[in-house]
Amino acid sequence: MNRILRRNETLVALLIILLSLGIGLINPTFFTVANVFDLLRSIIVTGIFAMGVLIVIVSGGIDLSFTAIAVFALYCTVRLMKAHAPDAPIWSAFVVAAVIGLGLGLINGFFIARFKFPTLIVTLGTLSLFEGFLLFAIGNQIIRDVPPALTGFARSSLVSLPSARGTTVLHPAILITAAVVLLVFFLLNYTTLGRGIYALGGAPEAAERAGFNVAHIQYFIYGFVGVLSGIAGMTFGSLARQANPQDIVGTELSVIAAVVLGGAQLTGGRGTVMGTILGVILVAIANNNLILIGMPTVWQRVVIGIIILIGTGLPAIQARRANKRLSGATSA
Amino acid sequence: MKAKTTPNSLTSRLPFDSQTLRLLVIAIVLFVGFSVMLRDQFFSVRNMQSMAVQLPEYGILALGMMIPMLTGGIDLSIVGSANLSAIVAALVLTRLAPAEGGGMSLALAIPLAILVALVVGSLCGLFNGFLVSKVGIVPILATLGTGSIYIGLSFVITGGPAITITQLAFIGNGTILGLPIPIIVFIALVIVYAIMLNRMAFGFNVYMLGTNAKAALFSGINATSVLVRTYWLAGVAAGIAGIIFLARTNSAKPDYGSSFILLAVLIAILGGISPTGGFGTVSGMVLAILSIQFLSTGLNMLMLNLFPSSAAIFFRQFAWGALLLLVMVLNYYEEQRRNRRISTSE
Repeated sequence: MNRILRRNETLVALLIILLSLGIGLINPTFFTVANVFDLLRSIIVTGIFAMGVLIVIVSGGIDLSFTAIAVFALYCTVRLMKAHAPDAPIWSAFVVAAVIGLGLGLINGFFIARFKFPTLIVTLGTLSLFEGFLLFAIGNQIIRDVPPALTGFARSSLVSLPSARGTTVLHPAILITAAVVLLVFFLLNYTTLGRGIYALGGAPEAAERAGFNVAHIQYFIYGFVGVLSGIAGMTFGSLARQANPQDIVGTELSVIAAVVLGGAQLTGGRGTVMGTILGVILVAIANNNLILIGMPTVWQRVVIGIIILIGTGLPAIQARRANKRLSGATSA
Repeated sequence: MKAKTTPNSLTSRLPFDSQTLRLLVIAIVLFVGFSVMLRDQFFSVRNMQSMAVQLPEYGILALGMMIPMLTGGIDLSIVGSANLSAIVAALVLTRLAPAEGGGMSLALAIPLAILVALVVGSLCGLFNGFLVSKVGIVPILATLGTGSIYIGLSFVITGGPAITITQLAFIGNGTILGLPIPIIVFIALVIVYAIMLNRMAFGFNVYMLGTNAKAALFSGINATSVLVRTYWLAGVAAGIAGIIFLARTNSAKPDYGSSFILLAVLIAILGGISPTGGFGTVSGMVLAILSIQFLSTGLNMLMLNLFPSSAAIFFRQFAWGALLLLVMVLNYYEEQRRNRRISTSE
């Protein structure tokens, strides 16, 4: 089993290398620092989301509501800051957004852990619930003049290099993504809770008998994903320098696609941080760089669709062949 | 032949199981409640007609979603297929019979365009069926990928903007005996679905496959053929929905109705379709579609009366989610009560 998993990651890595070489051969600007920085910037928010989605998928669930949680947390935080603490530092904005995300995530956790409802349906319902509540009761206008802490954060840079287009900047928000990635890696691989999440996704009943408290794990998962979503939403808003209540929602399926491309299996129990990052990078390359090889941007969705089908179809065919060989061997 | 002697699922013998009954009560309570609260703003011929025009758009998509979900799958590409069908049909129509005149007669071009939409929908569905049954990709991922491709192709064809087309407005605005044409199409589709699922071998096979795929295999059901037909039918429904899109909005847009995907799944769950497959009825679906329409229209009016602001239109989204969770909690407690009764009677 481990071998297939590794194969899947190598497959994605191979796809990334082929795509990069192809694009780079046609247009050498692909390999410039500026382009790499652009690529990194585009995975800042998706990367955080993907870590949350990974945890949920490993546990055998699926979460559709994380985008709604993100935009809810972002918009409420900006409103709160503007009304009560316009000069609050940027870190406090992230804390508030994370707490709001935690609250909303725990609502998911409640329906999933208490009632054992299918996660897809609970989060489909809460997606509609959260987004509807935000737009109806809190606000539906774009906030453009965000507090100065946000604009300051948007302008900051981690590395800035002179380039053909002036200066190229790597935004420090990439450090948030890196921290989240490391945290999730540690959580999934080196903690009992992490092993519990894998166990839950592999076989819930066995996890329960092995002594894991399934309800507690589920509360943790959805609460934690809520926190990550809140942080991702805040990051998105501060990079965009605005809080648009109709942003972000609608991108959930492409994040899930990136995670699944990275080898996480929707049936649960399988998925790695490494694979997920590769999946996110692959989708980002396809998204950002088609224009570099002269492919009109209207083809973007078609290419992503084809990548999803290749990324999921090849393992499916492999698994089928392996199955056939197995059943052939036992019957012979 | 085989279809008649096939003992059907529980659903055909008990057309009103407790879940359908509850949905019926919900639909009636919503209808009566809004009629009392809003009087002739809600309870009027005009409002009935406007609801009857709105409902088929997503109602047909929800029906399309139903059979894949009965087999334990899902079709996330359904809105993409609908838009692609609509765009190709619109293109055919504008090329063959331009609005300025000088082309083929409309009497010939319109049926041809409708046929083209159905063919495109069919092809989309067949491709999904191939990926799910032959290649063996999980339905949610296969249709996620194809959905992206179908919407992507729509963007490629139009280059982004919408295609304006007015030749089909007579379907969107027309009525027969006071009934808007879209609702007639919807009713016809409901009847076809009810017959297929309750009276034909195909329906039996779908329920069987969704309840227990292994048992279905051992009882000689050809899973591949059932799955291909399942997704093909979803594609056909998407093609029909595409024509309704065209007729209603007088335009074909690549990203029209993207919220309909989640709405279709929501309706199916509300209508009692089990997400793991095997259970659910057409009557449940119809009641769920009606409930959603009553709720959307009624709340819209109520909210606009109470809070005359632009925010009112968003309340229904909140209400959809709340309704879904509420129905699931109610089902949960009822099941618990039933289990308790069974265990105490033993």
